[in-house]
Amino acid sequence: MNSNQIDQANIKIKKAESPWKRSLKDFYKKLVKNKSALVGGYLILILIIIAIIGPYLTSIDPDHTEYSVKLQGPSGEHWFGTDHHGRDIFTRVIHGLGITMFIGFTATILGSLAGVIIGIISGYYGGKIDSVIMRLMDILLAFPGILLALALVSILEPSRANVIYAISIFAIPTFARIVRGSTLATKNLEYIDAMKALGASDLRIISKHIFPNILSPIIVQMSLFIANAVLTASGLSFLGMGEQPPSPELGALLSDGRDFMWEAGHIALFPGLVIMLIVLAFNVFGDGLRDALDPKMNKK
Amino acid sequence: MSQKELLKVNNLKQHFPIKGGILGRTVNHVKAVDDVTFDIYEGETLSVVGESGCGKSTTGRAILRLDEPTDGSIEFDGVDLLSLSRRDMRKKRKDLQVIFQDPYASLNPRQTVGKILTEAMAIQNAVPKEKRRERAIELLETVGLNADQIDRYPHEFSGGQRQRIGIARALSVDPKLIICDEAVSALDVSVQAQVLNLLKKLQREFNLTFLFIAHDLGVVRHISDRIIVMYLGKIVEIADKKSLFDNPQHPYTKALLSSIPTPDPEVKKERIILKGDVPSPINPPQGCRFHTRCPFATDICRQEVPELRNLDNMKEGHRAACHHIEKIAAEH
Repeated sequence: MNSNQIDQANIKIKKAESPWKRSLKDFYKKLVKNKSALVGGYLILILIIIAIIGPYLTSIDPDHTEYSVKLQGPSGEHWFGTDHHGRDIFTRVIHGLGITMFIGFTATILGSLAGVIIGIISGYYGGKIDSVIMRLMDILLAFPGILLALALVSILEPSRANVIYAISIFAIPTFARIVRGSTLATKNLEYIDAMKALGASDLRIISKHIFPNILSPIIVQMSLFIANAVLTASGLSFLGMGEQPPSPELGALLSDGRDFMWEAGHIALFPGLVIMLIVLAFNVFGDGLRDALDPKMNKK
Repeated sequence: MSQKELLKVNNLKQHFPIKGGILGRTVNHVKAVDDVTFDIYEGETLSVVGESGCGKSTTGRAILRLDEPTDGSIEFDGVDLLSLSRRDMRKKRKDLQVIFQDPYASLNPRQTVGKILTEAMAIQNAVPKEKRRERAIELLETVGLNADQIDRYPHEFSGGQRQRIGIARALSVDPKLIICDEAVSALDVSVQAQVLNLLKKLQREFNLTFLFIAHDLGVVRHISDRIIVMYLGKIVEIADKKSLFDNPQHPYTKALLSSIPTPDPEVKKERIILKGDVPSPINPPQGCRFHTRCPFATDICRQEVPELRNLDNMKEGHRAACHHIEKIAAEH
């Protein structure tokens, strides 16, 4: 009886140490080993912090025009110089960073959500549903992303919300394909059959047994896709189909600088560099994530 | 032994369609299981043996309705399983459980052992919520694991231990019949013996009935009461263990038994080596399916499908499907 009580106590202690925490720690350790992923991760973190608190730290209005200082190069007063309306580019980039990243994140989250649901249904149920869904996805994939987004925005009308919808729609097929493949591989494992033999419902099998096991490719794809979404969002603004002036979205800033490339290259240079930094950070981070989450890498 | 039938399988057929062409029409069928009939008595261990692709696992899956059988009936404890709706079948699954071959693929890697067991109980509502964890600990001890391993993940266990977790999961809903689909094939020999002994112990303790699917005759000899030998989707011989090993009737069974290595090098025994490969189950041979490889085959074998028969030289309940049982017996 006594030893039984001790056993019980031991069990309680074991339970207190959360198994999720342990796997998170494991994951972090693997991520830290991959230096480029770590750099990418920190870069993303810094960019997010700047995007959130940056606008509160600059006292200058990003839309404030002052023609007496127009087209000035970088100086102590205007770190990134000024544009053709005399607006401070540094302030505009800080404000624009938030807008661009917001579009990238929201579009990716919306698109992946829809893509994951479609992909799981397609992979799990198979048959005719699968054929119909995947042919639809093939049609969407046949368009180059930016062209599809461009077409959608021009049908709707240029606005931030429509840019987000357009990008999330072209995110759907990428996610649906990856999720479908992973679902197909997972659903034939014996533990899924064991769950069926126990009488588990489809919803339970999908949400508790398939979804958690296909999460890693989804996360990796999300990270990589944010880079893509940022690029598309800036591209749309650059073409005048996204954010409308005077919005300081990074692609719009780039577009502002296009006419003054020779006289005042800095107008396009700094927003361009920041776009590049975002894309680079997410790509490097995504690649690192893939390595860290790959079970084959875990074994060594 | 009580002779009450727990499971009656009648004329079970499982044909998988082969899709072909541009339109994806069904061009042919893989006849994985073709007209199989047998009973399992309560409390016994019935083994199904045969080489790869003979339909033994498919039979098990069909009984569990993991794949819907093409034809036939499966009567479990007086209820026809195939006529049940999906919902009723879900409830019935409490009584039929399964232990799989691959201990690495049969447990969800993201769940702790405790979660695996309590979820099984939750699905069938077999145990009230407050008592599930307690019961999970009890089950772990029943299958020879420690209570303090309850919060570990499957990857922290060895293959044999994982198989024990699989057994505990099957037991968690108090089933009557457990289908062991090659349950020890993936384990090494010493662990095999432990798991087999555990299964035997559990059978006595909980009055379980086993349908034991295997290809290893040594394992089958250790655990079975009765044995079914399958070849290319059909039963070729069915007998109690002793009759089958001492007095095999079907040429295929004889060939199978002669392949068991003997530990004594002095003993010279007749080896029957079969020629050729197993024919494709898409277009199985006419007549007796074994005739293409059978040393005794004659014209009748090529034309007529042999029935399972019981003859004078065989014990009651021992039946074999061969046209030449008498002839072969007379020659030896």
